[in-house]
Amino acid sequence: MTLKTNALIYFLAFASGFSIMGIELLGGRILAPFFGSSVHIWGSIITVFMLSLSFGYLIGGKLSTRNASLTRYGCIFIFASITVLPIVLFSQEIMAFIFTHIEDSRYGSLLASMALFFIPTIILGMISPYSVRLLVTDKERSGQVAGILYFVSTLGSALGTIITSFYMVLAFDVNDIILGFSLTLGALGLLAIVLHKSVFKNHMKITPSINIA
Amino acid sequence: MYKYLTLIALVLLPNLSTAKVIHSERSLYRNIIVDENANQRCLKFNTKSSKTNQSCIYTDNPKKLVFNYTKLVFSSLLLINDPKSVLIIGLGGGTLSNTIHELYPQAIIDNVEIDPAVTTVARKYFGFIENNKIKTFTQDGRIFIKRAKLKKQKYDWIILDAFNGDYIPEHLLTKEFFEETKDILEKDGIISANTFSISKLYNHESATYYDVFGDFINVSNKRNSNRIILAGHNIQIPNKQIIQNKVSTLEPLLMPYGIDINNLSNSMISTKEDKDWPAATRVLTDQYSPANLLNL
Repeated sequence: MTLKTNALIYFLAFASGFSIMGIELLGGRILAPFFGSSVHIWGSIITVFMLSLSFGYLIGGKLSTRNASLTRYGCIFIFASITVLPIVLFSQEIMAFIFTHIEDSRYGSLLASMALFFIPTIILGMISPYSVRLLVTDKERSGQVAGILYFVSTLGSALGTIITSFYMVLAFDVNDIILGFSLTLGALGLLAIVLHKSVFKNHMKITPSINIA
Repeated sequence: MYKYLTLIALVLLPNLSTAKVIHSERSLYRNIIVDENANQRCLKFNTKSSKTNQSCIYTDNPKKLVFNYTKLVFSSLLLINDPKSVLIIGLGGGTLSNTIHELYPQAIIDNVEIDPAVTTVARKYFGFIENNKIKTFTQDGRIFIKRAKLKKQKYDWIILDAFNGDYIPEHLLTKEFFEETKDILEKDGIISANTFSISKLYNHESATYYDVFGDFINVSNKRNSNRIILAGHNIQIPNKQIIQNKVSTLEPLLMPYGIDINNLSNSMISTKEDKDWPAATRVLTDQYSPANLLNL
């Protein structure tokens, strides 16, 4: 990996941290019309996000053991971008259905959070361990690389939380903000793939005998 | 030096005032304080400052309403017949429920309060009356109204008085919420919403109510910072004669509560005559409701 691709990976990890918390924060807004704004709403949302992140880490780590590449990394972002879209497109119908079938708003909000956020957050959770795999070149520096990565992605989460809640909700519709996250993730995924292809090509020109994969 | 004196004064002042805290607890949602001075008992949220007074009663005359806004709510009676079913979102000390019950003992009153601790305090310290006509539901107002709609329940007087200590919760201030509320309002019914007149939200609230209900009526008086919005299915101020008749019937009934209905009848302004917000004001929706941020 070159310096350029490393910078890109850090930036992508930052963006995914930003999006995760931005979406989590808006989750409260999305659920409130159907399940209220009691403390259990946040209980449901945070539970689902933590649960899906934990699965995401596990799956992402496993996935990184097989033919890890920047292209596959980019595909995770594109996949995340697609799975975020149902929040924009179908949340009203999904929540209305759950609302009519479950009286208790605690379990209603838990199920709704599951339906809306479980899959996309798993995908977004896969990004961190996969980033470590792409960035680590030697054992000695692996801890440091992981440290910088956590720093960057958690900083992204902090900024995603504050910028979404302080400023974005004042200017945009909830759906437009989520759509913005989705488009950004998708675009960054494409960027990773395109960059990988060009780096690959360059490598082929300079050192055609080395097997990059 | 002065800084320290001010500090000392600030520390001592609450002790010098006569208000005595008779109950305080931390509920799931907030700190609840009940305090009492010579002749007033008040329910407060979060802090000791009088700004967050949620509900007060005169201990020597519990009938008489303390707050101007509670009195303003009763202007609704000029526009409807005797209410038979009343929905109150946000219980506070239960003052509205008690007064309406005393005026109309046959009316069914459903109170919705999210915080069970508030209900307990209302029962214990504010003489909140409950019987087979008056019920209290511990639920989020939005959810109650959504469920009422599913059950096809209707009310002819809906009072929106939910406050969280700062202001009205955001999800109770959107176009979608007002539409849901309108859906459970009887044909000739009325919605009375307690709002603030000095807030950045004023215009947004007006635009949102107008979007859902068309023309509505503002009730306020210069002396305080509340305005009551009266809205319904095509609501309008009746002609002078009808108002006069209503006033003469209601005046003796409402006098013991300190409500001057004649004065209230002159405090109503329809938006038909005065649309006091810019036409381009953005409507608050579930998608766009930075309500409490705008109110800072």
